[in-house]
Amino acid sequence: MAVTVYIPTPFRKLTGNQTYLKAEGSTVGEVLDGLGNSYPALRHMIYDDSDEIPGHINIYVNNQEIHSLQGKATPVADGDEMAVIPAIAGGATALTPEQVDRYSRHIIMPQVGPAGQRKLMEAKVLIVGAGGLGGPVALYLALAGVGTIGIVDFDVVDLSNLQRQVLHQNDDVGKPKVQSAKETLNAYNPDVNVVVHESPITSDNAMEFIAQYDIVVNGADNFTTRYLVNDASYMSGKTLVDGSILLFDGQATVFVPGQGCYRCLFPAPPPPGMVPSCAEAGVLGALTGIMGSIQATETLKQILGIGEPLVSRLLLVDALAMDFRIVKLRRDPKCPLCGDEPTITELIDYEGFCGAPFPGGHENNA
Amino acid sequence: MAVEVRVTANMQKLLGGQKSVKADGATVRDALDDVDRRYPGFKDMVMTDGQLHRFVNVYLNDEDVRFLEKLDTSLKDGDILSVLPALAGG
Repeated sequence: MAVTVYIPTPFRKLTGNQTYLKAEGSTVGEVLDGLGNSYPALRHMIYDDSDEIPGHINIYVNNQEIHSLQGKATPVADGDEMAVIPAIAGGATALTPEQVDRYSRHIIMPQVGPAGQRKLMEAKVLIVGAGGLGGPVALYLALAGVGTIGIVDFDVVDLSNLQRQVLHQNDDVGKPKVQSAKETLNAYNPDVNVVVHESPITSDNAMEFIAQYDIVVNGADNFTTRYLVNDASYMSGKTLVDGSILLFDGQATVFVPGQGCYRCLFPAPPPPGMVPSCAEAGVLGALTGIMGSIQATETLKQILGIGEPLVSRLLLVDALAMDFRIVKLRRDPKCPLCGDEPTITELIDYEGFCGAPFPGGHENNA
Repeated sequence: MAVEVRVTANMQKLLGGQKSVKADGATVRDALDDVDRRYPGFKDMVMTDGQLHRFVNVYLNDEDVRFLEKLDTSLKDGDILSVLPALAGG
């Protein structure tokens, strides 16, 4: 049987820098024996002195770890794909065998690999709002092993949140959203350090909160908070992964400082009442999953430094037509925040600018 | 010029429940005026004092008209104008 074996970066110097090797054998053991004969240095890595696979090496057949199959006796067929995945030692963020197993679907992708997984585990992301968008963002970042996830939200779980907010369950009604979020995220992945900020985000604390993180994700439900988070992220030099929703429409983009900001996109908020909130007009629950997943994807790409980020582009999603479109988003040279002659150099009075207070105890995150 | 004007779901009530309508006009302003003639009140959501609201973007195909000639941007047959208000939901 001819199978393909993926060799991860740390072992490639042992295989003549080949990423994929062709090998023959009817079982995993036969394939590994063949590889060991062709590449003696590799043999020392995949077998210990008693010819067993050492504990820090996992072998996958078609993405399944062989401990859950038949070990070295696992049969292989023509066209099967195997992978040799080591736990990576070094420093406090060494991948344990359990982490290698947990994150194996990431690690076996060359765009992530063990080094990328460690980047995720060292990353610190602040999510503004534990609601419709913040929920799926937090969930996918936690599952991906993002090391520190900060969540800022002042609100408590309301029954009307449960139509879409995946972090919270029936028994959580009445509980602070950040507490419910932390419990859910740690139930999914106990490795993640969930930092809760049970407070509204305001001009008094935004800079301090954001300073503790690498990337900010916006899941706010009101314009006052959106302009504050935009300005504070820009002033802190932090990338802001933005998303918003209403009814069946979603918008998403990534603001990298110097490449356009929310004020370049929308120079001023609507007068109160002109654009309704989700609480007033409604939102399709599943749409929050689409948009939040897009924000989570962009956040992971930022951390990993891969792909083409959703920068200088605005993604428009129309769930009724199931139409996805991208329009250009430009930095405005006249932008008062990030333009050539900025007039906003410190946080301003956002409640006055938007004509609406920071939500602080009664409204629900949409 | 015959163009298509598209709106978001929260603006469809202004167009009798439609997500897009046909419009005629040599410029963006003309096309929006044409829509407003058939759907009175439409323009109030898009413009104030003859200018676009600062919380509403109009895209000519994939380009924000604020970075073109704003409401005076010329149109050609088949162009698509998308009216996009800021959304705050999260």
